[in-house]
Amino acid sequence: MTDLLNALVHLTSMLIIPGLAYGSQLALGALGVTLIFGVLRFSSFAHAEGLSMATAITILFTIWLQGMGLSAGVLPTALLGMVLAMPVMALVFIGTDRALYRHFRRINARPEVFMIVSAGVMLMMNGVIRLVIGADGRDFEDGERFIVTARGFRDWSGLAEPLVLKTSQVLTIGIAALATVALFWFLNRTQAGRSMRAYADNRNLALLSGVDPDRIVRLTWIIAAVLSVLAGVLFGLDKGYRPFVYQQLLLPMFAAAVVGGLGSPVGAIVGSMIVAFSELALTFAWKKALAYVLPAAWAPQGMVQALSTEYKFAVSFLILVIVLLVRPAGLFGKVAR
Amino acid sequence: MSRTPLLFAAMAAVLLAVGLLQSWQLALTILNLCLISAVMALGVNVQWGVAGMFNVGTMGSAAVGGLAVVLVSTPPVRAAWAAGGGGLLATGAVLLATAGLAALLWRRMGDRSLLRGPAVGAIVLLGLAVSQRWFLPATAAIESVDAASTGYLGGLGLPVALSWIIGGLLAAAVAWPIGRLTAGLRSDYLAVATFGISEIILAVLRNEEWLARGVKNVTGLPRPVPFEADLQAAPWAQHLAAWLGWSGRDTASVLVKLFYAAWFLAVLLVIWWALERLARAPWGRMMRAVRDNEEAARAMGKDVARRHLQAFVLGSAIVGIGGAMLVTLDGQFTAGSYQPLRFTFLIWVMVIIGGSGNHKGAILGAFLIWFVWVQAETAGLWLAATAAAALSPENPVRLALEEGPAQLRYVVMGLILVLVMRFAPRGLIPETTPETPR
Repeated sequence: MTDLLNALVHLTSMLIIPGLAYGSQLALGALGVTLIFGVLRFSSFAHAEGLSMATAITILFTIWLQGMGLSAGVLPTALLGMVLAMPVMALVFIGTDRALYRHFRRINARPEVFMIVSAGVMLMMNGVIRLVIGADGRDFEDGERFIVTARGFRDWSGLAEPLVLKTSQVLTIGIAALATVALFWFLNRTQAGRSMRAYADNRNLALLSGVDPDRIVRLTWIIAAVLSVLAGVLFGLDKGYRPFVYQQLLLPMFAAAVVGGLGSPVGAIVGSMIVAFSELALTFAWKKALAYVLPAAWAPQGMVQALSTEYKFAVSFLILVIVLLVRPAGLFGKVAR
Repeated sequence: MSRTPLLFAAMAAVLLAVGLLQSWQLALTILNLCLISAVMALGVNVQWGVAGMFNVGTMGSAAVGGLAVVLVSTPPVRAAWAAGGGGLLATGAVLLATAGLAALLWRRMGDRSLLRGPAVGAIVLLGLAVSQRWFLPATAAIESVDAASTGYLGGLGLPVALSWIIGGLLAAAVAWPIGRLTAGLRSDYLAVATFGISEIILAVLRNEEWLARGVKNVTGLPRPVPFEADLQAAPWAQHLAAWLGWSGRDTASVLVKLFYAAWFLAVLLVIWWALERLARAPWGRMMRAVRDNEEAARAMGKDVARRHLQAFVLGSAIVGIGGAMLVTLDGQFTAGSYQPLRFTFLIWVMVIIGGSGNHKGAILGAFLIWFVWVQAETAGLWLAATAAAALSPENPVRLALEEGPAQLRYVVMGLILVLVMRFAPRGLIPETTPETPR
């Protein structure tokens, strides 16, 4: 019985909670990818840099707030910085759209053209981020780091395995859940959200019904900005801010969005969880957990790890390929056009 | 079209100016990388410009080409083969058997589609698990053979120039299955898939140390040109140095760079000539038809997926040749140095600027963009130094300015890309359709 509890605690602490946190961060990013795809009809290569830039701006605001002597108490100050960063990021996105994407929408350019332009935006954002904050990242989490510490839990429970619960993980899961609920409420229950879905579904029909396309595009970018700030900052609080690591988020986010079906918000969330848990489960060393559950004679010798952690990205990609081969429209997508 | 020679002449003049004003060594360094970039740009141009495929996995092909240099030209490490060669062969056999079994099962179970996926998946997983039994000890043994200097299987010890051809073939061999999987996909999916594959190729190259030492790098690769020290000792080079009035070292270094440039120029010209021939051949016309109107081409009986696959493999092979030449020029294979920004998106910028679909344009774009890429830093440094001179040494703005220029070039590249897309989407030398032969 104790062994089983130990195994459960070990898995919860090392696999389930980190997986939920990572999945939530990916989901916030993938929701942005999928919304941009749904409304604007292209996959934005700049999205990972968008997350990175949102985090960089938040860090600057956080430093400024800390300099003013403001803090959020036990919570990270970045939560306040985040609120300030959202309008800035929205302006960045809308500005980019005005300067670039709008022109290509007007001339009805092919999706490849949008992708190339978004690659240009990616290069520019990348350079600006490095100019502003330097190529090496920084940690910006302050306040109380742990809700449940390893030692505290061990003393309380008497189990051999510790349960660790970081503030950033709880914040991530909570904020992601709230943001998702708010987003679905917006998309399904408000006039603006409904017009947005109508526009994504059938552009011409929506235009005929009097939907203002400029307003829809603006709204999409604002939502994408809010989601990017949330995703980027929560990821940064959890794992530290490194511009290079943020670039590598592009693939898992794309994979999550494609797995769920590009353009489907529910799909983006489910896809993110699939990607996050597959990545962790396949690169997780199961030895300890199995040793608790199996009889002593069967205890595994090796690490019982399907893939070394360096191949994390291979997992998201493998899932992507399988879905593209078996069900190209994704789990929740409509038939690919 | 008198514009093309004019633009190329301007490019040559700019490079000459660098030679006269800065140094000939810098000018030749830039020229060599321009030539290599031009080869890679031609590869991307075959895929995007000619076939209209949005492949953003260029980095993977370039890295595979670079790997070929290691596999072909380095001396074999016999101790490593003895230690782990058998184990690797066993692994290969198990994987081959697994693949065969999986393929067979996939064909046979065509009528039971629900069971098919899980069954094949289970076979593949089982095969992987079984192969680990030989793979792990074998690689561990190989990596422990003189780990500080080798710890990998080594190559074949063949001449390095041969590895450029092998690099192309290897890149093509890697591209073929990828193309089979992805060539039918919509452009967004193709982009995401190829982007992912290139990351995976790099992950393998970084981590599989038995193959090419991973991030520990393979240095001191053989070169197709003489060493500077030997040239310095050669009488004819000494005469040349005396005649030019340069030091022996400068002369030797310039000569070596010139030799490299001759090699690269020869390769570039051969590839360019072949591609121009192809563009005028029926194949080229068919490709343009497929690109410009897929539906119509399909209706005329053209096998669009097959044509896409051809262009994909051909383009990847050319990029692979470029990647191999780059590693040869560097004299080392550094798996950690491959980044999508530099090896995928920068090449894309070159093709777009030059004029997609036009091979001359791609070459010009490569020259221009590589030049800007290198000189943006110089210009940025000068600007920063000028602007920072007025500020005190501890001023944070000044510190940021001095660190900035290296990052500035990403902004410049992105800006150039979007400006061209916005105002001159057909590039500097727009595509001209060759006249049909009579």
